[in-house]
Amino acid sequence: MEYKLSFRQYHKGLIKNKLLGLSCPRCGAVTCPPQMSCRSCTAYDLEITELSGRGKITTFTTIAVAPEGRESEAPYIVVLVELEEGPWIMGNLYDMDPSRADLSLIGRQVELGCRVYPGDRYSDGPMARPAFRFV
Amino acid sequence: MRKVAVVGTGHTDFAAESPKTEIEMFCEAATEAMAECETGPEKIQALYCGNVFGDFAEGQGMIQSYIANELGMHNIPATRFEGACASATIAIRDAFMWVASGFYDIVLVGGTEKATAMGTPLATRTFAMGTDAKYEFAAGLTFPGFFALLAHLYAHTYQVPMERLREQMSLVSVQSHFYGTKNPHAQFKHKEITVDQVSNGFMVASPLRLLDCCPFSDGAAALVLASEDAAKKLTDKPVFITGTGQASSPRLSAQAPYLPRLRAREISAKQAYDMAGIGPADIDICELHDCFSIASIIAAENLGFAENGTAGQLWEKGETKINGQIPINVSGGLKAKGHPIGATGASQTCEIVRQLRGDLADTGRQVDGAKTGLVDTLGGDGTIANLVLQSAW
Repeated sequence: MEYKLSFRQYHKGLIKNKLLGLSCPRCGAVTCPPQMSCRSCTAYDLEITELSGRGKITTFTTIAVAPEGRESEAPYIVVLVELEEGPWIMGNLYDMDPSRADLSLIGRQVELGCRVYPGDRYSDGPMARPAFRFV
Repeated sequence: MRKVAVVGTGHTDFAAESPKTEIEMFCEAATEAMAECETGPEKIQALYCGNVFGDFAEGQGMIQSYIANELGMHNIPATRFEGACASATIAIRDAFMWVASGFYDIVLVGGTEKATAMGTPLATRTFAMGTDAKYEFAAGLTFPGFFALLAHLYAHTYQVPMERLREQMSLVSVQSHFYGTKNPHAQFKHKEITVDQVSNGFMVASPLRLLDCCPFSDGAAALVLASEDAAKKLTDKPVFITGTGQASSPRLSAQAPYLPRLRAREISAKQAYDMAGIGPADIDICELHDCFSIASIIAAENLGFAENGTAGQLWEKGETKINGQIPINVSGGLKAKGHPIGATGASQTCEIVRQLRGDLADTGRQVDGAKTGLVDTLGGDGTIANLVLQSAW
């Protein structure tokens, strides 16, 4: 069975600020990032859908110790965002000083932007990542 | 299904920058376990080995076959298990099943790891390979970052003020270091720490500071498992594996909205409890996966030792010490004993077996009269396994 929404398609969409996901005709749930099965009912027969890119922060951390090759990025904020359509996705928040991130971030409304991580020797190429900003 | 006993245990020192190779460390633990039950290599029918980063640390893949040969177990089937930090625990679970099924009578199982050979930057990169490479690592997620996200979510979900959670997390690390000084194999056997030192250490991923995090470690541990009949000839103190569980999780974001509870652990633990016919109240001692201080608090709740949002109080009240309601990680845990990830599950199991046999009298960490123990190992958070062990004499 052909993959409905591959990483590469998702990546290409995100670079253009289009957040693609999968909607389930059977149960109505939206799955994002993409995967083979519906996150809610496990159906495989899903349809590509474009998401609004808006949501609220559910949790965050400021990372001070970065992995090899990414030291120059630190400190940076990683967030989980609950999208309007339901799913949570991981991304970064570049709209503030990372040292000032605290629990008041949880619940803040954000919208999608995009930055590209160029990848390293283990990555099999670049990866677009959601870069959120406050609404 | 036949009953399966642990009849021998072996455990190397856990350390940074071990001069030994991964194979040498495994073989030292294995021969200790075999000597305990006077079992030579000719009696071992299969080998199960947890090892995660041998490829990166030493350029050594397929380590399991070389280990079998080193030990003189020529041509027996040898299998490597990779489930991140839970590698050895899933190896033990599989070894258990092969003996329980009647296919083998005596097998060797353990794990080995030499994480410090990678150095901190590469180790941070390779450990992050346990996150979703395409959809999470892109954002720069690290392993401390993973649990840091859970820590903030925990504080928010259960309305635990951050200052109090900070203190509770520090108490977890302080207790682990206290007991680590009583474990001669511990990486930090000479290092006690204070709440202030934990709470004011340098930030790794907010809110987690250096002493909230377990170290990178080198070491190995191994066990000999035998069927009930075979065990009678090998030991007077068989410790039976009476329950096992294993479950898998998706990437962190896909675990919403269950978080900060880890659903897979709740499923795995229930499997193990149900199989043993017991519940959390029956556990006399637990080794749980304290890769980060907050991970201990979440684990204690997932395993049923406290209501959600309240497990930090176990450490506040001293209920996790050897005379408390539920002694947790009195080996020093991953935090102070060390965390050579491919070996950790075997180390935890080794510790529980020695506790149930009463081997640790006079060490200052023996839980007197312990009959039933629980092992909890979390790999990344995608692989979770639990074992219930019970003494039978």
